[in-house]
Amino acid sequence: MSNATSTTETVHRVSFLDKDSLSIPILKILQADGTTFEKAVLPVIDQALAERIYDTCVFTRVLDERMLGAQRQGRISFYMTCTGEEASIVGSVAALDNEDVILAQYREHAAIRYRGFSTEQFMNQMFSNEKDLGKGRQMPIHYGSQALHYQTISSPLATQIPQATGVGYSLKMQGKRNVAICYFGEGAASEGDFHAGLNMAAVLKSPTIFFCRNNGYAISTPTSEQFAGNGIASRGIGYGMHTIRVDGNDMLAVLAATQQARAYALEHNAPVLIEAMTYRLGAHSSSDDPSGYRSKEEEAKWQQHDPVKRFKLWMMNKGWLSESDDQGLYEKYRQEVLAAVKVAEKLPVTHVDEIINDVYDTPTPRLKQQLATLKQHIKKYPDSYPHSAGRV
Amino acid sequence: MAKINMLQAINDALTIAMEADDKTVLFGEDVGHFGGVFRATSGLQEKFGRDRCFNTPLTEQGIAGFANGLASNGMTAIAEIQFADYIFPAIDQIVNESAKFRYRSGNEFNVGGIIYRTPYGGGIAGGHYHSQSPEAYFTQTAGLKVVVPRNAYQAKGLLLASIRDKNPVVFFEPKRLYRASVGEVPEGDYEIELGKAEVVKEGTDITLLAWGAQMEIIENAAQMAAKKGISCEIIDLRTLAPWDVDTVAASVKKTGRLLINHEAPLTGGFAGEIAATIQEECFLHLESPISRVCGLDTPYPLVHEKEYMPDALKTFEAIKASMKY
Repeated sequence: MSNATSTTETVHRVSFLDKDSLSIPILKILQADGTTFEKAVLPVIDQALAERIYDTCVFTRVLDERMLGAQRQGRISFYMTCTGEEASIVGSVAALDNEDVILAQYREHAAIRYRGFSTEQFMNQMFSNEKDLGKGRQMPIHYGSQALHYQTISSPLATQIPQATGVGYSLKMQGKRNVAICYFGEGAASEGDFHAGLNMAAVLKSPTIFFCRNNGYAISTPTSEQFAGNGIASRGIGYGMHTIRVDGNDMLAVLAATQQARAYALEHNAPVLIEAMTYRLGAHSSSDDPSGYRSKEEEAKWQQHDPVKRFKLWMMNKGWLSESDDQGLYEKYRQEVLAAVKVAEKLPVTHVDEIINDVYDTPTPRLKQQLATLKQHIKKYPDSYPHSAGRV
Repeated sequence: MAKINMLQAINDALTIAMEADDKTVLFGEDVGHFGGVFRATSGLQEKFGRDRCFNTPLTEQGIAGFANGLASNGMTAIAEIQFADYIFPAIDQIVNESAKFRYRSGNEFNVGGIIYRTPYGGGIAGGHYHSQSPEAYFTQTAGLKVVVPRNAYQAKGLLLASIRDKNPVVFFEPKRLYRASVGEVPEGDYEIELGKAEVVKEGTDITLLAWGAQMEIIENAAQMAAKKGISCEIIDLRTLAPWDVDTVAASVKKTGRLLINHEAPLTGGFAGEIAATIQEECFLHLESPISRVCGLDTPYPLVHEKEYMPDALKTFEAIKASMKY
């Protein structure tokens, strides 16, 4: 018999287990006032790392505020913020090596920023102009960069989860000292891909960090309507995976957990699940209005747990940041983002020839024929195709 | 050249591909020590180790998602889906992910190193969950290649070409021919170019077109027609996406008639696409309407398998009808 479950204890009267049988502690290091808990064990962090983390948070706050505004003005079609979840995203990416492969869901632009995605690159993607690495083929916020080891976002939910298992396995096969990290929300954890991906990672021993941003809502659906069990962490344990639950608004807790998760994944060629308990302060996207499904009081309560403010206070306590530094940083990024918007929105969209490139490694004869026919048509009716007319 | 069957030819191709490139990984349900339910992967785990040839948990969407991850990071992923009937749980990962990886990222990332191998088709008394021919679902997806071999020689050459192709390929293996089709197959490494149809037999009166296991059917029908003095040209399409319009159109311009035979149901089947294109390419050369001899628009029926099938007799009747125009 090859059934390798670990249960050995026997009982002789009926005795069920339920979700409360599983006690999962939550890691907290940083308090609301910026001091650390008395017995807390700090992550590996120095001033330079703290500054890079904080810089990324401020940039992201500014980007979110300005681009949501740009969407409201009709300058871009769509936007998503990561407001409220900065500690989960930046704290985790800061624990990684730059060549660890990131497979994100869609709300983790702070992670690609941390790796070095420039303000201009953000704008090129959002305005779908000819400099967009993605060649204008996806909605705004679907970033990706081979150079930064950040796989291009895909809209269908949770598809990146079993893919991350494959990426982790490939890194192991190639003998690299790197891991894959996979971000997803608690809603995505209801998809079949989540179960497939975690089970395969545990069984096939893939060095992959599964990072769940449990942010309270999947569009309008609260966690109480998403799962009945003990969050997402219990599932990691169910799949036989090293698992931790952290305060997702605590930069130091996320950093510490991810640093150790990475070390464990590499040492054991095994996956780790991190469940970060956080809250999506903004709307799901620019297309929804959270006032339709949650109260102002609830949002106000979570404003008090602002992860960026908490980390800022810690930085100030350490003497690594002053109010005027902080003001200066916000001001710098506000100007930088506005200037980049103005440049990016004036650039033309990708050339129409790109419409048939990258379907296959080389365009097929049928595709070339279709493009030729399309260009003839555009020449005949240039006014109807303003993006391409004059460039065919 | 040795005479071997299609399974041995496939096993041979997999061995060659894995020997040639140590970044090639093979996985799927039961493919490890057991060698797969049809034994196509026999002996490969012993040869290449458990890291490169292994069983996965029973999850087709997981297998396809895992393949996408591997290939996106520079590996060649040979994923076996145990029966084509069970590819549907994986369809999102194949259609939305594998097929679009390169395009959506502007070629920042691609999964060209994927091949999904899967046994398809009926004729094995398998009822409707072991007999389907779902190729048309994939031919509409830009970014995928769809390949179907008809015999052992084709299987080896097309499989090697598919594994080395820089695009994700869905490779349908006609399982009723796995052991039935025995033929001479070169021992060494060879490839058959994807995207090219093969004129199997030249003729003058009508073009018969099929792929995979149905090739045997149209060949039999052609022999029946020959006894009535009808000369059939026989073409094996081999690659359905992207398909070889030129070879088919050249043949139809010569014969003036076209019959397409496939095992999948008629409605929405790939024959419809071929008929529409050839009608456009060859309109002034056609002597009769393009004929389709296909499966019925029903799920695959167990006891009425023979009735369902677009067999040689039905094909023969359609040939005669076409000639009467």
